[in-house]
Amino acid sequence: MSTDNERLTIPKPLAKQAGDLDDRFHAAKGVRTLLRKVFPDHWTFLLGEIALYSFIILILTGIFLTLFFQPSMSEVVYHGSYTKLDGVRMSQAYQSTLNISFDVRGGLLMRQIHHWAADVFLAAILCHLLRIFFTGAYRKPRETNWLIGIAMFTLGIFEGFLGYSMPDDLLSGTGVRIAEGVLLGIPVVGTYLSFFLFGGQFPGTEFVVRFYIIHVLLIPGLLLALVSAHLFLMVHQKHTQMPGKGRTNANVVGQPMYPYFMVKTGAFFFFVFGVLALLATFAQINPVWEVGPYTPTAISAGSQPDFYMGFLEGSLRMFPSWTWDIGGHTIAWDVLIPALVVPGLIFTALGIWPFLESWATGDKSYHHVNQRPRNAPTRTAIGMAGITIYGILWLEGANDLIADHFQIPLYTTTEIARWAIFIGPVIAFWATRRICFGLQRRDASMLSHGVETGIIQQLPNGAFVELERPLTEAEVAEIAAPPPAPTLAITAREVDDNGLPEPALRGARGKLQARVHEIFAEGISLAPPTNGHGNGHGNGHAAVDGGSERAAVGGAGTPQVEDGDATGDGE
Amino acid sequence: MRWITARRRRPLFGYAAVLLALVAVGMLYAAVTGVGGSTASAGSGSSSAQIAEGKDLFDTSCSSCHGLDAQGRSGVAPSLVGAGAAAVDFQVGTGRMPLKESNAEAAQKPPVFNQQQIYAIAAYVASLGGGPAIPTDQQVSTAGADAGNGQSLFNANCAQCHNYSGAGGALTDGMYAPALTNATNRQIYEAMLTGPEAMPVFNDETLPPADKRDIIAYITQTRSETNPGGFSLGRVGPTTEGLVAWLGGIGALVLAALWITAKRREERTGEITDNR
Amino acid sequence: MSDNDRDLEGTPAERQPPHRVIGTPPPAPGILTDPERGDGEDGRKGTTPYGPGEAEAPELAELPAENPNPVSAKNWERVAAALFIISALASVAFIAAYVGLEIGGDTKGNVVVATMRSNMGLGSAMALAFLAIGIGMVIWVRNIMPPVELAEERHPMASPDEDRKAFAETIIEGAEASQITKRPLLRRTLIAATLPAALAPLVILRGLGPQPGGNLRTTVWKKGTRLLVYGTNQPITPADFDSPGGMITVVPEGYQENDEALTKATAIIIKMEPGQLQIPTRYNDGADGARTLLNSMNWTVDNIVAYSKICTHLGCPAALYEQTTQRILCPCHQSTFQANQGATVIFGPAPRPLPQLPITTNAQGYLVAQSDFQEPVGPSFWERG
Repeated sequence: MSTDNERLTIPKPLAKQAGDLDDRFHAAKGVRTLLRKVFPDHWTFLLGEIALYSFIILILTGIFLTLFFQPSMSEVVYHGSYTKLDGVRMSQAYQSTLNISFDVRGGLLMRQIHHWAADVFLAAILCHLLRIFFTGAYRKPRETNWLIGIAMFTLGIFEGFLGYSMPDDLLSGTGVRIAEGVLLGIPVVGTYLSFFLFGGQFPGTEFVVRFYIIHVLLIPGLLLALVSAHLFLMVHQKHTQMPGKGRTNANVVGQPMYPYFMVKTGAFFFFVFGVLALLATFAQINPVWEVGPYTPTAISAGSQPDFYMGFLEGSLRMFPSWTWDIGGHTIAWDVLIPALVVPGLIFTALGIWPFLESWATGDKSYHHVNQRPRNAPTRTAIGMAGITIYGILWLEGANDLIADHFQIPLYTTTEIARWAIFIGPVIAFWATRRICFGLQRRDASMLSHGVETGIIQQLPNGAFVELERPLTEAEVAEIAAPPPAPTLAITAREVDDNGLPEPALRGARGKLQARVHEIFAEGISLAPPTNGHGNGHGNGHAAVDGGSERAAVGGAGTPQVEDGDATGDGE
Repeated sequence: MRWITARRRRPLFGYAAVLLALVAVGMLYAAVTGVGGSTASAGSGSSSAQIAEGKDLFDTSCSSCHGLDAQGRSGVAPSLVGAGAAAVDFQVGTGRMPLKESNAEAAQKPPVFNQQQIYAIAAYVASLGGGPAIPTDQQVSTAGADAGNGQSLFNANCAQCHNYSGAGGALTDGMYAPALTNATNRQIYEAMLTGPEAMPVFNDETLPPADKRDIIAYITQTRSETNPGGFSLGRVGPTTEGLVAWLGGIGALVLAALWITAKRREERTGEITDNR
Repeated sequence: MSDNDRDLEGTPAERQPPHRVIGTPPPAPGILTDPERGDGEDGRKGTTPYGPGEAEAPELAELPAENPNPVSAKNWERVAAALFIISALASVAFIAAYVGLEIGGDTKGNVVVATMRSNMGLGSAMALAFLAIGIGMVIWVRNIMPPVELAEERHPMASPDEDRKAFAETIIEGAEASQITKRPLLRRTLIAATLPAALAPLVILRGLGPQPGGNLRTTVWKKGTRLLVYGTNQPITPADFDSPGGMITVVPEGYQENDEALTKATAIIIKMEPGQLQIPTRYNDGADGARTLLNSMNWTVDNIVAYSKICTHLGCPAALYEQTTQRILCPCHQSTFQANQGATVIFGPAPRPLPQLPITTNAQGYLVAQSDFQEPVGPSFWERG
C-alpha cells in the first residue's frame, strides 16, 4: 500500500546514464527480465553456488600466488627463513613455496585459502552432482547442463592434481611419479606420452613449468567458459523447483533476482569466503615444509593424494597383481584397470546416465519439477550403489591410515575392500529400494488418511483413538507425485488386440528395454486425494493396496486426478 | 576376635575381608620378589654388583620368556646374547619389556623398572655377549646438529615407516611403526642402533653417530614445532584434510544454506507478531 | 493403515497440529501467490494465474514496499547494522595485522611462531569481516525485506513450428547458395585441405620431449660402481654393514645428486642372518633371445643382498623393511616383496619382483656392483617384454 508521493524516483544522473547505455545496447527489456527472474528457494539449490564461489575464490587467491610462485625445477640450496631446512637441496618451485609461506605477509593464508577452496570446490561439486542426480534435475531439457557439469568435475580433478603437484614436495611428487608410472603402462604409446609430458626421463626439469601453464591458463580458461555456459543454460531454461503448492511444470515460484536473490547469493559468497578463511586460519593444510622437497629416493608412510583423487588411489591399492607378458610386450593390467578403466567407467556411466534413464523409462517429456528421491526408487537405489562403489574405493585409498588408527591388520583392509566392492553395491541397491518403497507407502498412507495429531480422544464406548487431520493443500502438493508419464504402453509381456507384442519391444534389445522399464517403473503412485479434503476413503485405498508394488504402466488402476495442476506435464 | 566374628554377617565385612587378603598377599609378594625395594647400587660404577643385581632382576622378570641364560626360546622370545645394553635400555625403558600380552608387536607402556634397575639388567645382558652399548649423553645431544641433513636422512630412511612428521604408520600383520612423539633422544638413538621389533638396524658404521644426531635433531625440532597454519590435523596429510573439508567446510556451508532458505516464522505459523 | 479414521473435528484454531512434512517453504499467507486474491482491498493484484502461458515476467505485479511487521524489522535492522559495523572493524583489523605482525626475515624470534601469529591475525580478521557481512545480509533479506513470492511462467522450450521451418529453409538456402552441395570437387578438396591442418598440431607436440629409446631398460650402474650410502655419501664394506637386520638406501657413486639417474638406480642393501637368504636362481623367459639370469645367490656378499628400491608397480621407493618378517613393503599401494627369497611379490598389485642388483666387493673391500640390473627397473611399460 503506497501512495505516489512516498515512492522513490530514480535520481537524474543515474537515469541519464541508464538512458545512455540503453541507447547503445537496447537493454531495457532484457535487463528487466533478468532482474525479475524468479529463483526458487531450497537449500539444496545453493550447493552449486558453493562450487561457483569457491571457484571465484580460487581464481582470486591463485592470482596472488602467481605473483610469488616460481615454476622452475632448477636446483637451489635453501638459506631462507625456515632454518630447519637450511642447506637442503630443493627446486626453486619448492623454495618459492616456502618463501610464500614464511616470508610473504598473508602468503600462508592465501596458500591455505587456495588449497581449502580447492577441496571445498570439489566436495561441493560432488554434493551438487548428487543433488541433481537424486532429484532428477538432469532430465529433459537439462541433459546438456549435466554433461557440462561432468566435464567441469573432471577438469576440476585434474586442476587440483596439477595444483598441488607444483610445489614439488615429497608427497605430491610421489603422486606425480605414480601418474608417470600409469602413463608408462599405457600400451603402445605409453613411454612416448611419458617422455613427451616430462620432457624426458622422470623427473626431468620440465613438468612444473608445464603443469603451471595448464593449471593457471588452460584449465581455468576452459572452466570459465564451461561455467558461463552452465549458468547461461540454467538462466535460459530456468531453474527447476521442488514440488509444492502452486508449483507446476509450467512456472517457477520463488523470489525475484532483484533485490532478493542478489542479496542472498551475495551473502552466500561472503559465507563461502568466510568459512574458507576460517579453515585457513585454524586448520593447517598441505604443510610442505614438514614434508620436505621431492626426491625419488624417499617416500613417506601414509602417502595419500587429495581426497578427490582418493578413489583412484584406492582402486590401485585393492587390485591384485595381474600382468601379461606377450610377444615381447608387457600389458600391466594391475595399472591399466584401476587407473584408467575404473575412472573411465565411472565417468562414462555418469555422462550417459540421463540418456540411459530416459531409454529405460521411455520418458521423453519435459521435467521442470524435481522428484523426491523416494519417488524414483530405482534411480535412487542405483545412485546409492554408485556412492557405495565410490566410497569403498575412497576408503581403501586411506587403508594404511585406517589400519594404523583402528588397529586392523593392513592386508585385512584390502581383503575387505576386495569383497565389499562387489557385495556392497548390491546390498545398497536392494536396501535403498526397499527403503524408498517404505517411504512411499508412508506417504500414500498420509495422503489417504492424513497425519496423526497427537490428540487422543475417547469415544463414547470407552476406546481411545488418535485424531488425524487431513493434509493441507500445501502438504499434499509437496508429497504427491504424478503418476509415471505414459510410456511403453504395451510391454513385451502384453500383447495388442491381435496377439502380437509391441513392435518396438521385440528382439533382444526390446526385451531388455521392457525388463529394465519394469524395474524402473516399480513404485507406489502417490496421487493426491481426489476430493481435495483428503478424507481419503475409497480412492486412497486403491492407491495403497491393489497396485501397490507395481504401479500399472499406462495408468490402468491408478486413480486419475482431475486437478491438472499437481500433475501437469507442462508440455 | 569376638569383635570380628560378631560383625561377620554385616554387608561390609565381605569387602573388608577381601581387602585385607589382597593387601596381605601383595605384601608377601613384594617381600619375596623385592620389586619396588631399592636393592643397591649407584650408576655403572660397581660393575660386578650391578651385574649381579641385573641377573636377579633378569631371572625374575625376563627369564620366563628369554630363558635363564638369555638364550631365548624359539617361537617365544629371541636370544639376548649379543643384543647389547642399548637394546635393553630401549626395550625396558620404553616399557615394551617385560611383555604384558602377546600381540603382533610389543606396545609401549609405563616402564616397570626404574632407571637404575634398567642399567643393572642392561649390564647383565651386555656381560653375556657384548653388543651395542648405551649411548652417552654427549652422543645423543643435538647441540650443533644439522637438522637439514637430518631431514634428508630421515626422509630417506625413516619416513617410509614413521611418516614424514613422525606420526607413525602401519606395517603388515598388525605390526606398526610407532609415533615418535614421546621418544627421548637416547631412545631414538638406541632404536636406530639396535633395530627393535621389525625396525631395521642402522649401526654406527653405516649411519655414523653424527648423522644419527642430525636425525634426532630433526625429529625433536619437528615434533615441537608450532603449526603456523592452525591445528595440525594429525600431520598425516590429505586424508584428515579431506575429512575437515567435508565435515567442516561443506557442513558449515550447508548449515548456512539451510538458514538462508529456511521458512520465516510467519510462513510456518501464519501469524505475524510484533515481538521477537 | 491406521485405525484412527477420524477427522479433526472442531479443533480450536490455536491448537495447530504438528507438521510432519519436510519440503519447500509453502507460500507466505496473505501475499501475492494466492490466486483468490484478485483486487484485494489494498489494491494489490495477484500474479498471473497458474497454467501455461506466454508471458515471461509478471506484468503488473509489484513488490511490497514495506515490511508488514515494522517493529521487528526495525529491531533486525539494528542487528544487521551492528554486524556491518563489526565487519568494517574487522577489515581494519586485517590491515592493522598486515602492517603490524612481522614474519620472515623481519622477525626477531621464532620464524614459525611469527608466521602462526600473522596467519591467525590476518585470517581471523578476514573471516570475521566476511562472515559478519554475510550474516548481516542474510538478516536483511530474511527479516527486513518483506516476504514475497512470485511466480514466473515458463515459455515452451521447443520453438514453434514456423520458426523451425524458417530455420531449415535458411540452412537449405544457404547451402544452395554456397554451391557446395552441387560441386563435389570443391567439397572434397576442401575436406582434404583441412585434415592435415588438423593433424599438424599433434605432430608439433613431438618436440615436447625426446623419444624414450632404450632409456628405460638400463640404469647407470656398471661393473665396479661403488655403492654409496645415501645421505652420508660414504662407501661401505661388509664389515661395516654387519648387523643382521640392517637395511640402508644406497646410490651409485657419481650420481648422488642426479634425480633422473636416481629415479631408476636407487637401491637398498639388506643384511640377513646366516641361513636366512634363500634366493632362487631365476631366469627370464627369453622371449627375445637368450635367457637372462635375474636372481642368484652369487650376487650376494656375506648375507648382504641388494635390490632395486623402485617398486615395480608404479615407481614409488619400496623402502619399508620389516626385519622380523624380511618383507619389503611399498607404502604407496602395499605391494610386498619377500626379501630373503628374491623379493618375490607376496601381496599387492606389483607385477614383478624387485630386480636384484648383483654386488660383490672390490679390491679395497668396498661393496661394488658386478653389473647393471639384469632387467628393466621400475614400472611396467609396453616395450618391456
